[in-house]
Amino acid sequence: MGAAVHPGPATSAAGGGAGAEITYLEAIREALYEEMARDENVFLLGEDIGAFGGAFKVTEGLMARFGERRVIDTPISEIAIVGAAAGAAHMGMRPVVEMQFIDFIANAYDILTNYVATARYRAFLPCPMVVRGPSGGYVRGGPFHSQNPEAGFVHTPGLKVVYPATAEDAKGLMKAAIRDDDCVLFFEHKYLYRRVRGVMPAGDHVVPIGQARVAREGRDVSIVTYAATVHKALEAAAQLEAEDGLSVEVLDLRTLAPLDDAAIEATVRKTHRVLVLHEDTRTGGLAGEITARINESCFEWLDAPVLRVTAHDIPLPYAPQLEDFVLPQTADVVRAVRRLAAY
Amino acid sequence: MATSTRVGASRARRPSAGDPEAVERPSAALGRDQLLALYYWMRLTRTLEERLVALYRQTKVVGGLFRSLGQEADAVGSCFALERRDVMSPLIRNLGAMLVKGATPVEVLKQYMARGDSPTRGRELNIHFGDVGDPATTRGFVGQISPLGDMVPVMAGVTLSFRMRGEDRVGLVYVGDGATSTGAFHEGINFAAVQRCPLVVVVENNGYAYSTPTHRQTLARRFVDKAIGYGIPGEQADGNDVLAVYDVTRRAVDRARRGEGTQLVELVTYRRKGHAEHDNQSYVPAGEIERWAAENDPIDRYVARLTGELGFERSALDALDARVRAEVDAATEEAEASGLPEPLDALVGVYANPPAERPLWFREGVARAVERTERAEGWGTYPSTPAGTPAGTSSRAGDAPGGVLPEARVAGGDA
Repeated sequence: MGAAVHPGPATSAAGGGAGAEITYLEAIREALYEEMARDENVFLLGEDIGAFGGAFKVTEGLMARFGERRVIDTPISEIAIVGAAAGAAHMGMRPVVEMQFIDFIANAYDILTNYVATARYRAFLPCPMVVRGPSGGYVRGGPFHSQNPEAGFVHTPGLKVVYPATAEDAKGLMKAAIRDDDCVLFFEHKYLYRRVRGVMPAGDHVVPIGQARVAREGRDVSIVTYAATVHKALEAAAQLEAEDGLSVEVLDLRTLAPLDDAAIEATVRKTHRVLVLHEDTRTGGLAGEITARINESCFEWLDAPVLRVTAHDIPLPYAPQLEDFVLPQTADVVRAVRRLAAY
Repeated sequence: MATSTRVGASRARRPSAGDPEAVERPSAALGRDQLLALYYWMRLTRTLEERLVALYRQTKVVGGLFRSLGQEADAVGSCFALERRDVMSPLIRNLGAMLVKGATPVEVLKQYMARGDSPTRGRELNIHFGDVGDPATTRGFVGQISPLGDMVPVMAGVTLSFRMRGEDRVGLVYVGDGATSTGAFHEGINFAAVQRCPLVVVVENNGYAYSTPTHRQTLARRFVDKAIGYGIPGEQADGNDVLAVYDVTRRAVDRARRGEGTQLVELVTYRRKGHAEHDNQSYVPAGEIERWAAENDPIDRYVARLTGELGFERSALDALDARVRAEVDAATEEAEASGLPEPLDALVGVYANPPAERPLWFREGVARAVERTERAEGWGTYPSTPAGTPAGTSSRAGDAPGGVLPEARVAGGDA
């Protein structure tokens, strides 16, 4: 396909042409559209993704454009959907699977970790496939529509995990994930779906997997984070600059497996004070792994202990008063950064 | 023994006396070479497993050993119904099916003995290995995993790709009686049925899942009855009659190939050995194993048929036995002479990119060695298909993998 931005369903839904601002959700749809147009081996599998366009309408319009053969409404069967994607991927297809909510990926945990993740290593079977789905909280979704189950998959050798925070990265990482020769789990933050917007770079916009992004430059304290809490970190950084005169750097990891160790080390060596922030629960969460890596690789560059701000170790409750208490908030980040700066 | 019975509420055409399909016996069209080939594959399966037992007792088999004694007809006869371009997903008791599809005795021996040039280069054990991809260069069997039922949805996807691309290929997946209790079996077969995937699901009912007898697995009287629940055709056959197995599977394969979607086949057989070699089968009622061995051995039954109504001389079978022994001897010799894995190879190939993991810091000496040596240049590379595609697999007449005997793989060993 040509490099120019095409009149795909995402941009037309946004009411604009080339260069118009589109949402995080539309950016994902645009990536799916472009990759399906570029490569006939790309096809979509999922529950209610075709005729209905998906629970969040990420795939809206794609069945009309690409037909039932390439946008497949499936039975309610996460095992079957993921397993079938693996089988098709072995044969040269590039399936993109939707979990209606990422919480339901637990149903496919066996086939993802035992089958897909090991396929290349144990049997030289290629598994170029993407498993994507709406993730995360701050949306009053309750215990089964708000989860962040990334840690278990980051822990599994053989899987790649990405979790974008911006519309530009959502598009560019989705295109990279579809083209990747390994299985990529693509976490989409549903709080960001329609709240963040961006102008897509012209041309074939691909963001490489495995590279973090400095979302805000700073000198005094670093916040290492990803997904929705990137925006909490940016809010906190603006507040801390205004109120405390602190210069806070925000590193958006973008890819969680493999981690961009070089980018983490670079920010540690720059500010010497690090806060690791994520929306996932604390125990066994990624913050512990990142802290351990910093400890091993740049202990002598630290002027303060690495701190974590995470969710409490609680299933995510529904009521706003409860959810807001359990999840990390901007005020928590401000408090933690002040403590680090004063150490 | 029972001939096949079929179910299939959704079929427009009910089988009846006037329905040619109801009495169709594709085995009637098998030539003398093919009839002998069926015997050869069953004998090779049994002899190879007997050799593995000897190696296991000599501790040359690193892990567990899984037998298919008494089930050779079900594995061989069913896979014999496939063509080379078709894709098959075996289970632990389908050594015979893998041999028919082109796996070689030396590959199997190297797998069990965890050799460096085994099909999985020491990553996986026993008959867990595959060779799938371009039908022109691969033999068409998928490396299975241990969690039961998972291969059903995977094969649904393999056959979905056939349907999407309009390829004239069929898939066949084996599950045991125990695996029918898993969610993966149900989800996979339902998905395949709804998507009209050209997939044949073979349930091998061998009476036991590890120690659990079939009546503790399901209250269904016959596994083939489950086909009704998925709206697909199903047929049951005597799994110890190799020609009945071939007939029932071939009919299902033909229906799938004609675009009639997913098919269920139940093969009734009996597991005469334990789950693995360590299993003393204390849970089996007294006399049961001996009765099946004496009265219903699939090789004995086929020999009687070959030398009886089919008119073969015993000497033809003896010659094949000698050939099998010679091939297994040669394969054993080759496997025992093969090298052990290079430990650093453990870090290669988890991902396409990066191609290899680095040794951890506390193995820094090793890491430096990687950088120093010539090996560094090839670091992270491995062949796209496992080594050892045998000459025999390309020598078969026509497209059928087991259609005629492979060329003998030992000097002077051909009968």
